[in-house]
Amino acid sequence: MDATTAETSLQWVPRRQHSWLGRLFDSKPFLVTLCMLPTAGLLLIFLTYPLGLGLWLSLTDTTIGQPGVYIGLENFESLFDDPVFWNAVWYTVFYTAIATAGKFLLGLWLALLLNHHLPFKAFIRAIVLLPWIVPTVLSSIAWWWIYDPQFSIISYVVVNVLHLRDHYFDFLGSPWPARWSLIVANIWRGIPFVAITLLAGLQTISPSLYEAALLDGATGWQKFRRITVPLLMPILSVALTLSVLFTFSDFQLVYAITRGGPFNSTHLMATLAFQRAIPGSQLGEGAAIAVSMIPFLLVATLVCFFGVGRRKWQQGSDND
Amino acid sequence: MSISRRDTLALASASVAAASIPMIGARAAVADVPIANVKPLEYKLEKGAELRVLRPAKFIDPDEVFWRENSKKYTEATGVPVRVDFLSWEDIRPQTAVVANTGAGPDIVIGFSSDPQIYATKIADMTDLADYLGAKYGGWQELAVLYGTKWKTKEWISIPIGGGTGPVVYRQSWVKEAGYDKIPDDHAGFLTLCQKLQQIGHPCGFSLGHALGDANGFAQWLLWSHNAMLVDEKGHVALDSKETIAALKYATELQKTMVSGTLSWNDSGNNKAYAAGDIGLTFNGVSIYYVLKSSPDPKLNQIAVDTQHQALPKGLAARSPMSATPMNAMVFKHTKYPNAAKDYLRFMMEADQYGPWLSNCIGYWSNSLKAYSQMKFWSEDPKLIPYASGMDTPYYDGFKGPVTPASSAVTANYTVVDMFASVVTGNATPEQAAKRAAQQAERYYKTS
Repeated sequence: MDATTAETSLQWVPRRQHSWLGRLFDSKPFLVTLCMLPTAGLLLIFLTYPLGLGLWLSLTDTTIGQPGVYIGLENFESLFDDPVFWNAVWYTVFYTAIATAGKFLLGLWLALLLNHHLPFKAFIRAIVLLPWIVPTVLSSIAWWWIYDPQFSIISYVVVNVLHLRDHYFDFLGSPWPARWSLIVANIWRGIPFVAITLLAGLQTISPSLYEAALLDGATGWQKFRRITVPLLMPILSVALTLSVLFTFSDFQLVYAITRGGPFNSTHLMATLAFQRAIPGSQLGEGAAIAVSMIPFLLVATLVCFFGVGRRKWQQGSDND
Repeated sequence: MSISRRDTLALASASVAAASIPMIGARAAVADVPIANVKPLEYKLEKGAELRVLRPAKFIDPDEVFWRENSKKYTEATGVPVRVDFLSWEDIRPQTAVVANTGAGPDIVIGFSSDPQIYATKIADMTDLADYLGAKYGGWQELAVLYGTKWKTKEWISIPIGGGTGPVVYRQSWVKEAGYDKIPDDHAGFLTLCQKLQQIGHPCGFSLGHALGDANGFAQWLLWSHNAMLVDEKGHVALDSKETIAALKYATELQKTMVSGTLSWNDSGNNKAYAAGDIGLTFNGVSIYYVLKSSPDPKLNQIAVDTQHQALPKGLAARSPMSATPMNAMVFKHTKYPNAAKDYLRFMMEADQYGPWLSNCIGYWSNSLKAYSQMKFWSEDPKLIPYASGMDTPYYDGFKGPVTPASSAVTANYTVVDMFASVVTGNATPEQAAKRAAQQAERYYKTS
C-alpha cells in the first residue's frame, strides 16, 4: 500500500476490540491500585520495615556482632528496674513539656509582633527563621561553646566585661543547670517554626473581624481572646502536634552538648537508646528503649489533636 | 603568659582542622631498631589479589600520611593494589559488625579493643604472623598479647598495631612553683600537689563528664590505683568493694582541687583548657603536646616547651595503672586473598615501614612490638618517654576479667565514670554509687 491512499481514504474504521491488557487498564480500581503502589512500596520499605524490625529487635537479645534470639519482654522487664531508663523517661517528658510551652509562648508573641506593619518586614521574617534553618548540629556546637565552662561568651561578658560575678558559670556541670540549659537551647531552636506557622495562621484571619470588634468597643485582650485565639486553633493544634513530636524525639542537641552527662541526668530516651544500642552494642536493649517512646508519642499526638483542636474543621465542616 | 579567649577559639578550630599542619621530625632512621635474625616469612600471594583495608581515622596528620605511603610502597613491591579507607572512630565498631555479619566488604579491618574477641569465629588465625613478628622484633608488649590472642591461649586472632595512651601532662614550671620536681607516685602526694597547684592558681582538671576516652581513662586510674576493679579474674562483677569506696572518697578530695566545669568536659575539654593556660595538669594522649608544638603560634610553642609527661601515679598498684586504646588488625575469613592480607600486615609491621610511621606520630600511637621502644626519637625528645611504654601494661578495659564485649559496653555506657561523677558532686554516697554501678555493670556481664 502506498502512502497517498492512506492519507486520502476517509474510510470509517470500526473501533478495534481492546485486548485484555487494555481492558485491565480501563478498570478504575486497577488503576487506583497501580498508582498507589509506588507510595505504598516506599512506605512499606522505609517505614513499616524499619519499624517492624525495631519492634522485633526489642524482643531479642541481639548485640552488635551476634544475631540474637527471641527473649520475649525481657528487655522491657530489665529496663523497668533500670533507674537510668526511668530518669531518661522523666527528663524526656519534662523537657518536652517545658520546651514546648516555652516555644509556644515566645513563638506566639513573636508572631503577633511580626503581624504588625514593620519596616523591612520580609527581611525580619527571614532572619527570624534562621535558627530553624541552620543545621541543628551546627547550632548545637554553637550552644556548646556558649555553655563551655572555660570559654563561654556569657560568662566572659558577665565576669570580664560587666564584672557582675567573680567566677564563670558552670552551665553543664551539675544536673539541674544542665537540664535547663538544654531546654533553653531547644526553645531557641524551636521558636521560628512556631512563630512562622502561627504568623501564617494570623494572616488568614480577616481584618474585618477586628474592625467589627473595634466598633463594638472591644479591648485588645478581648480581641485576642475572642477572635485571634479561636481562629488560630486549627493551625495551633497542627503546629503543637509537630512541635511535641520534634521535641520528644530530639537527639542532636543533647548528644552534641552533653551526651547525656553529667551522670545521665540529661539523657533523653532517644540519646539513651542510641548510647545503649550503637556504642554500647546492645541492639536489643536500645531498640526496646526506642519502642518505649511509641506510646508516649501516640498519647501526645492524640492529646494535641483531639484536646486542642476539638473543632469541626477536622471533619471538614465549618465552625458553629 | 596570657592567652585571650579568642586565641583559644582559634586554637580549638585549628586543632579540629589540623590538616594543614606540616610534618614534624625528620624521617627516623630505622637502624636503631634491634632486629633478630629470623627466617623470613613468605606468603604465596594469590593471583590477581587486591586488598581493601578499613582503619580508624587519624587524629594527627602523619598517622594517615605515612600509612598511605607505606601502603603505596606495598603495591609497588608486590603489585597488589591496596585501598585504605579511614573511618571516624565512632563508626569503626558498627562497620566492623556489618562486615562480620554480612561476610562481605573489606579484607582487613583495623578495629578497637575487644573486637577480635567478639568476632573470633569470623576472623583468620594470625598465629604464624604474630609469632614471626614477635620473634623478629623482641616480642609483643603485654597489652598487645592481651588483646591480640584468644583469652588465655597462645592463639593469635589479630595483629595489634599500636595503642593510644594517656599519661600525666603537666606544666613543668607550675609544678616546680608548687614545690615539686616531678609528679609524686603516691595518692597523698599527688593530692597535695593538686592542692598546691590550686593555691597558686593553676589547678588540675580531669573530666568526669561523658567524655569517652578522657573520663574513662581517669575513672580507671582511680579504680586501679586503689587496687579496685570492675570484674574479677572469672568475669564476676567486683565493683562493689572497699577498694572502690576508697577510690570514690579519694576522687571527692581530688575534685575539690580542680578547675570548675570538669563534669561537662567532653574529650576536647582538657585540651582546650590546657592550651588556654587554665589548667596546669591533666591526663591525656600526646595530642595536646603535638598541637602546641606544631602550632604556628609562638605563644603555644612556648607552652609545648614547658610541657612534660609522666606515667600515671602508681598509688597502691605495683605498676603504673595506665592502659591504652589498641588498634587491632583483623583478617576476615571471607577474604579471597588471605595470604595477601597477611603479607600486607607483615609488610606494614616491618621496621622499614613501621619505624617512620611510628616516629612521625611522635607517641600518638605506642608501639605493640617491644623492639620499637628502642627507636631514637623516643629519647631524643625526652618528653615522649612515657608513651614509649604505652602498651607495656597489664591494664585493659574490664581488668581483671576476660576480654569480652561486656567491658566495652560498660565503657560506652559510662557506668564507672557516672559512679565517680555522682559521688564527687555529692549526689550519692560512695556506698550507694558503688552498689548502683555494680548493678548496672551486672546487666552487661550477665548477657555475654
